[in-house]
Amino acid sequence: METQSQTAMKEKNKKAVRMTGAEAVVKSLINEGTELIFGYPGGAIMPVYDALYSYQKELHHVLVRHEQGAVHAAQGFARVTGKVGVCIVTSGPGATNAVTGIADAMIDSTPLVVISGQVGSSLLGSDAFQETDVVGITQPVTKWNYQVKRAEEIPEAIARAFYIARSGRPGPVLIDITKDAQFASLDYVYEPVKYIRSYKPVPQVDPVQVQEAARLINLAKKPMALVGQGVILARAEKELLEFIEKTGIPAAWTLLGLSAMPSEHPLNVGMLGMHGNYGPNLKTNEADLIIAIGMRFDDRVTGDLKKYAINAKVIHLEIDPAEINKNVHADVPILGSVKDSLPLLTQMVSANSHESWLEQFKACYRIEFERIIEKELSPVKPGLTMSEVVDKVSVAFDDDAIMVTDVGQHQMMASRYFRFKQSRSVVTSGGLGTMGFGLPAALGAKMGAPERPVVLFVGDGGFQMTIQELGTIFQTDSAVKIVLLNNNFLGMVRQWQELFFDKRYASTELINPDFQTIAKGYHVNSLKVDKREELDNAIKTMVAHNGPFLLEVIVEKEGNVFPMVPAGASVSDIRLE
Amino acid sequence: MRMKEEFTLSVFSENHVGLLNQITNVFTRRHLNIESLTTSESAIQGIHKFTIVVFSTREEIEKVAGQIEKKIDVIKVFVYTADEIIHQEIALYKVHTEALLNGNQIETLVRQYGARILEVTPEYTVIEKTGHKHETQELFEKLDKYGVSQFTRSGRIAITKHKTEMLDKYLKKLEADNSKLN
Repeated sequence: METQSQTAMKEKNKKAVRMTGAEAVVKSLINEGTELIFGYPGGAIMPVYDALYSYQKELHHVLVRHEQGAVHAAQGFARVTGKVGVCIVTSGPGATNAVTGIADAMIDSTPLVVISGQVGSSLLGSDAFQETDVVGITQPVTKWNYQVKRAEEIPEAIARAFYIARSGRPGPVLIDITKDAQFASLDYVYEPVKYIRSYKPVPQVDPVQVQEAARLINLAKKPMALVGQGVILARAEKELLEFIEKTGIPAAWTLLGLSAMPSEHPLNVGMLGMHGNYGPNLKTNEADLIIAIGMRFDDRVTGDLKKYAINAKVIHLEIDPAEINKNVHADVPILGSVKDSLPLLTQMVSANSHESWLEQFKACYRIEFERIIEKELSPVKPGLTMSEVVDKVSVAFDDDAIMVTDVGQHQMMASRYFRFKQSRSVVTSGGLGTMGFGLPAALGAKMGAPERPVVLFVGDGGFQMTIQELGTIFQTDSAVKIVLLNNNFLGMVRQWQELFFDKRYASTELINPDFQTIAKGYHVNSLKVDKREELDNAIKTMVAHNGPFLLEVIVEKEGNVFPMVPAGASVSDIRLE
Repeated sequence: MRMKEEFTLSVFSENHVGLLNQITNVFTRRHLNIESLTTSESAIQGIHKFTIVVFSTREEIEKVAGQIEKKIDVIKVFVYTADEIIHQEIALYKVHTEALLNGNQIETLVRQYGARILEVTPEYTVIEKTGHKHETQELFEKLDKYGVSQFTRSGRIAITKHKTEMLDKYLKKLEADNSKLN
């Protein structure tokens, strides 16, 4: 008599199809629902590219110009869709070029599956041509990685990769596949992975902790909610609003939590952190209760930890147990997905409002408006400010575009002044601060959300780090609107040099190329503006143009981003000038 | 700054290539020196065990444990202070057989320290002692007066003072949770 497992095995084998490892890679990706991949071919991944050639209808491959671009594009795609971004690169330099993007995805919890080719298994460890220890190199910057040396391992390795990348706190996974495994044949059967013994992606919410949190919330006089990307990743925007609205608690957001709440929501009190709004930073040290929702108390948010939230108890809603007490002690940790914990909490708290407390945030905003915002948005000086450009572009898209940024001053200005109506509208490099992220990420965002306008704000420094992806944008005819805020400086570093290094501008001034000529070379239409009166029309032209467009705006050379919490200072030492 | 004390971590994991590197990396990133590390298959088949001794603060070691446990292939990390475990190390000493025969001092030390003689050849004699680090160290210093040509000490192995294996309980809970899901 045959056992149950033998029967199952026979059943499985009946369904099996004989194919090469390379074809199994492609089939596995399709089985996981992949429709789009970003990549760059090379020797050790050629069998997979050959297999891709047969599946062009099911699986669209975007040929980038550099592997870093492939990963950032996949990140842009993942951030706007919530799906797993997929990249394919070759061994050696192909894989090492991808490392920056993988590290970026790791620190910003972006789900990616990166497949790298590897030299034949008989050559492993012999310093063969284009061999690097990719699994070793990417180990600290991936959620999980694995080297496949036999064709039979491919379906399960890829199934595990997708499961790990998208479940729990998402992150990048790398699968390294030797060339001989791609050539060899296997009996292909695909079974998605739903469980790994050693991995618990979503901790169960402890009702006792929820009860305690509700008690603290009901007692609090000056509560404040900190909204992070965890809300967006869990698709818990509705649950967040229900909680905030019932309790009347002012809510501030981290850079990656931006767009989880509509900009105009009356309880949205603005951005936290180094260049965040005045109120949320100042009031952090007056609040008697901090409710951190899917955020990780990054040092750019907290400043000096010893002088952070000094009067507050802390409730921390978090999916990743390693984040609890990592930077800020949680009086009441609530482990689990905020999608599960927020409704439980909403149920248990009493309806409330905090009018006078909220009024204090409004008073702070009025101060910030007078001292900073008004001067930024309606400047009297001749030089264009980054902020006024961001503000006008936001209006031109009816405050409902996807905003992608690169890294630096423009990133902070864009985050401060762009407005949002719906979630998943921000793609920015937060934790790693990767210059060069913007252009390829914008391409990926556009491909992920073709029905929505995608506008990229980029500086003249970061633009030139991945400028070659204009080629990919042209080849795919992706209607990315690029707003280049050009001050001919590495502006953020220059600002620090001005404030903290006696204006010693060491290697921050750029002598730039003619960006319009470069755009022309890539067949991308462009306009250049350096006068305020030309700006509105130029933005109109950009919005109306059907296809990618570069709008270069020459902004004031030495503009600074304020407010600012100087590095290492307390959030309540926020400077307005 | 809070006092550093000695902690013993028991890390249980799947037996995969590269896991040691993943675990030690968490210590490296925080500039924590690993005092001792042993690794082998645990009492449960297919599950690997790492025993790691490190000096740190309670606060930091909890963070380290959390970050190790976050690794996909790590099943569970337990943190113990010295009073929660029974632990042992093994040391081997090689002395010249001539020194052993030239009087009874070495033999006395072997008896006194509860050590034993593993092997005697015409050239050398190997002595074994198990104990805590300071005990094996003390014997080394005493023996060295008569010339120790080689001395080696293992990492720590440890067993908890709990009645049952903590991991067993955890695995049973995992299985129960999983069967509820399916």
